[in-house]
Amino acid sequence: MTDDVGSKHRQGDRKRLMEAAVVLAIVLFLIFVMPSLLTAVGQSFRLKLLGRFLALAIAALGIDLIWGYTGLLSLGHGIFFGLGGYAIGMHLKLQIPPGELPDFMGLYGVTTLPWFWRPFYSFPFTLVAIVLIPSLLAGFVGYLVFRSRIKGVYFSILTQAVTIIFFNFFNGQQRLVNGTNGLIDFKTLLGATVSDPKTQFGFYCCTIIVLVAAYALCRWLTSDRFGALLIAIRDDESRTRFLGYDPAEAKTLVFAVSAALAGIAGALYTLQSESISPRSMDVASSIEMVIWVAVGGRATLVGAILGAVLVNFARSLLSEQFPEIWLFFQGALFLLVVLVLPNGIIGWCRTNGHELVLKLLKRSPIATATYPSLEQDLDVQQERRKLEPKE
Amino acid sequence: MINPDRILEIENLTINFDGFKALRNLNFHMETGELRVIIGPNGAGKTTFLDVITGKVKPTEGQVRFKGRNLRALSEHQIARLGIGRKFQTPRIYLKLTPRQNLELSCNRDKGILPTLIQKTPVAERRTVGGLLETIGLVPKADIAAALLSHGEKQRLEIGMLVAQSPDLLLVDEPVAGLTDEETYLTGELLTSLAESHSIIVIEHDMEFVRQIARQVTVLHEGSVLCEGTIDEVQSNPRVIEVYLGQPQEEPHAAA
Amino acid sequence: MAGILDGLFNGISIGAVLLMAALGLAIVFGLMGVINMAHGELMMLGGYTTFVVQNSFKNLGESWFEVYVFAALPIAFLVTALVGLALERGVVRFLYGRPLETLLATWGVSLILQQFVRSVNWVLAIGLALFCLLFFGGLWFISRRADFPRIRGGVIAILLPLSAALTFLTGKILSGTYKLAVTKPWFGAQNVDVTAPKWLRGGLVLGSLQLPYARLFIIGLTLLCILGIYLFLQRSPWGLRIRAVTQNRTMSACLGIPTTKVDALTFALGSGLAGIAGCAVSFLGPVGPNTGQIYIVDTFMVVVVGGVGNLLGSIIAAMSIGAANYIIGSGVVLPILGSAASYVASSEILKPLLSEIIKSVTGFFEFFSTIPMAKVMVYALIFGFLQLRPAGIFPQKGRMADG
Repeated sequence: MTDDVGSKHRQGDRKRLMEAAVVLAIVLFLIFVMPSLLTAVGQSFRLKLLGRFLALAIAALGIDLIWGYTGLLSLGHGIFFGLGGYAIGMHLKLQIPPGELPDFMGLYGVTTLPWFWRPFYSFPFTLVAIVLIPSLLAGFVGYLVFRSRIKGVYFSILTQAVTIIFFNFFNGQQRLVNGTNGLIDFKTLLGATVSDPKTQFGFYCCTIIVLVAAYALCRWLTSDRFGALLIAIRDDESRTRFLGYDPAEAKTLVFAVSAALAGIAGALYTLQSESISPRSMDVASSIEMVIWVAVGGRATLVGAILGAVLVNFARSLLSEQFPEIWLFFQGALFLLVVLVLPNGIIGWCRTNGHELVLKLLKRSPIATATYPSLEQDLDVQQERRKLEPKE
Repeated sequence: MINPDRILEIENLTINFDGFKALRNLNFHMETGELRVIIGPNGAGKTTFLDVITGKVKPTEGQVRFKGRNLRALSEHQIARLGIGRKFQTPRIYLKLTPRQNLELSCNRDKGILPTLIQKTPVAERRTVGGLLETIGLVPKADIAAALLSHGEKQRLEIGMLVAQSPDLLLVDEPVAGLTDEETYLTGELLTSLAESHSIIVIEHDMEFVRQIARQVTVLHEGSVLCEGTIDEVQSNPRVIEVYLGQPQEEPHAAA
Repeated sequence: MAGILDGLFNGISIGAVLLMAALGLAIVFGLMGVINMAHGELMMLGGYTTFVVQNSFKNLGESWFEVYVFAALPIAFLVTALVGLALERGVVRFLYGRPLETLLATWGVSLILQQFVRSVNWVLAIGLALFCLLFFGGLWFISRRADFPRIRGGVIAILLPLSAALTFLTGKILSGTYKLAVTKPWFGAQNVDVTAPKWLRGGLVLGSLQLPYARLFIIGLTLLCILGIYLFLQRSPWGLRIRAVTQNRTMSACLGIPTTKVDALTFALGSGLAGIAGCAVSFLGPVGPNTGQIYIVDTFMVVVVGGVGNLLGSIIAAMSIGAANYIIGSGVVLPILGSAASYVASSEILKPLLSEIIKSVTGFFEFFSTIPMAKVMVYALIFGFLQLRPAGIFPQKGRMADG
């Protein structure tokens, strides 16, 4: 028994090393090869898009954690994304000589800086706020909701209402956060000009590193017993209670972590798109995040990243070509994914993909799938033993 | 008042669902280490009885004490952590997880959220799980999704989960429903051997099976205890026969 | 005081619209556990239908225009019920038992419907009809062959691109020949205005109050709807079937109740109610592609706060949400606070105690006295309420089906 356990351990370690190597190779490719590759085909502006989409992939990881693994459909991740974006945005708007106010405030006749802007003068505080504000809010909302055992679609509807609370607040308060226009026209960050290509490339690299860290975090959360617990909560929540777990605790924790990921994503996206507006926190953009994960494949982390990048590239291509009817495509995408590809691209590849590849390569009819390890099945063995004397 | 030998004491328990009394003035107690079988016709309140003990339903009146502690203020997971485990009528295992993961989840000693997250499954627990997989005969299927198991295997896995949880009091709801005679017998053996180190409450309809395992039997009827005693005493009790059959002279197991 | 009553009245008429929409949503949710995110868009379709009916009656003459409302209501009901039926048959029925997936799919439908009313023109309408004719007609034609189940995949693979290509070609030809006449959007992205007939304009004067007829009409309409639904569910054979399926789907199926038909009927009924609500909305203000989005979350809140499948709960919830939204949002509280402040200021004893409190309360209400900010406050209140009663005003009790 001990040997068995030990060898499983070693096998796991080897697998993990392989995975780390693959991730490292992809990172190096994205940082060193991708820029020159895109420049070579005359599409260097796509690099900037890629950077933004990788930032969105971080948010997608968070959604996957909460929806794919834990089975909670949050329609409120736009808030957390937006809060992260506003946090860094406020810091950027405060890169002005002391005593002056951010430009938009002058328009509305604001004479003193609102109190909640003040801490954002400090860069370290801003960094902490990007992570902490979304996760504290999510922890608070999650605690209240999960404690009273609100779940399923009720949770979705409530998060939708919370989204509207925040959207209306940020959209309506011109004097405090510039209303509909949001925060735009950023100058410098830590002395570097934000719009400078070099700074932007720095943001790009930074995004990739954070994405890898987020991936590692999610891998850790979804592996071993905690990952099993999340799936257990998704599939039969009340049963976990009788096992002695408190699902409310676990769900609150996961909700907070996933909100923090969305907040980080929002900040990185804001740096690269150089603007943040309340539109990023409305219900539509919250649901959109879910569809990235659905396209890639829920409950697979790679799927979440892949889905976020693919859907957004498709979006930028399609909305360049047919700006008016983008909504048709988006709506069709929702229907298609839910009805035809419920497990997403990765899920489809796992079930049908390799058979299809085999078929294409070997051109041989596929062997009928058998019940797993039929030869080792105790019942089958027993039945056979019973049959043997008769023969 | 509080008797330290009694693992479970229930006093004057009434459950009221919008005017319908699922349990009425029920009194029940059992000693530590006892194996008790509860029988009763459909609608007698057997499952509600378990629901109350596990905290799923809160008593309208009366109280439930486990090891002398009143359970009213505790929620399901706290009661489970105190040492009450439950097996459901139909197997409720996690179909998307493997049997090994199912067992590891219930085996976990410290079920707080942070310990579950931070600690890796200790080797001792891995070994317990390995041993349990052998006991319930699922070693070859330990690492495939539990959805692929047969009904009997699922029943065995759920009993395995209950054992892995190693509670002081096991509540077992109809463990042999849908099993073959052989499997039923094996399950009976398993329960009797568990009874050596645990207190167990079994709810069952199958009178053959009850006869195999039972020492003390409690009969529930319309939400309260009709009678208690050994299987023979119960089977010859005229009121029990009346409740099961509506007329005397026939054996109650015909109703099973 | 008149201000408060006025606010209350207006709030109740908004609540009535919410209630009508929530009724449909609650029936569908109670029966099938389906959250229909496109419900708001069905309301919007009801509003647009009213607009179309109004325009065609306008062409008939002045006297006809006075009664268009009575044609618009059933037509709006029918149109949205048909769209709902298509939605149920085409999408929702594949997703029963998977509420979160249904939510996503119906959200997709709502996006499509929003864009549809923006860009619908003759080309799109004809193309859509042609495509359906070719594809489903072809499918129906071939489905009569005995070996259809075997060749189904192949047939769809051929038929789909074929009919799509034909439709596309027709569309190109049409827009090439008739130009702007067929490519001009019917409604466009702007809001459209529905003019109420003369007898719905003006209002009933009660002392210092004026109750607009349009709003009175809406309240009456809602009462009628509630009564109709109640009678339908409680007295008609199909209502009995719907209630049976709501309580125990499997058992009903075993008793020979055609559950798929019941599902379709219920969904169509719920959608039709959304259509009537949309018709009512069009009397309150302009209708646009985003109309549905404005009402949908409020409607959900009514269902959640009222408790699922509870008529009385829904009524109370709808009225209080509507009234709270209006009273806080329109700032009718402010003059009262103002008079309170002046009263306090005139009294020597109260002044030091209360004037600061009143000032801060006034400031607080001022901050929330726009419609969007009122929503912020109302949702926050609802959130607090659900902490006290997670299952709504009237929760369902009993031995719960789940563990």
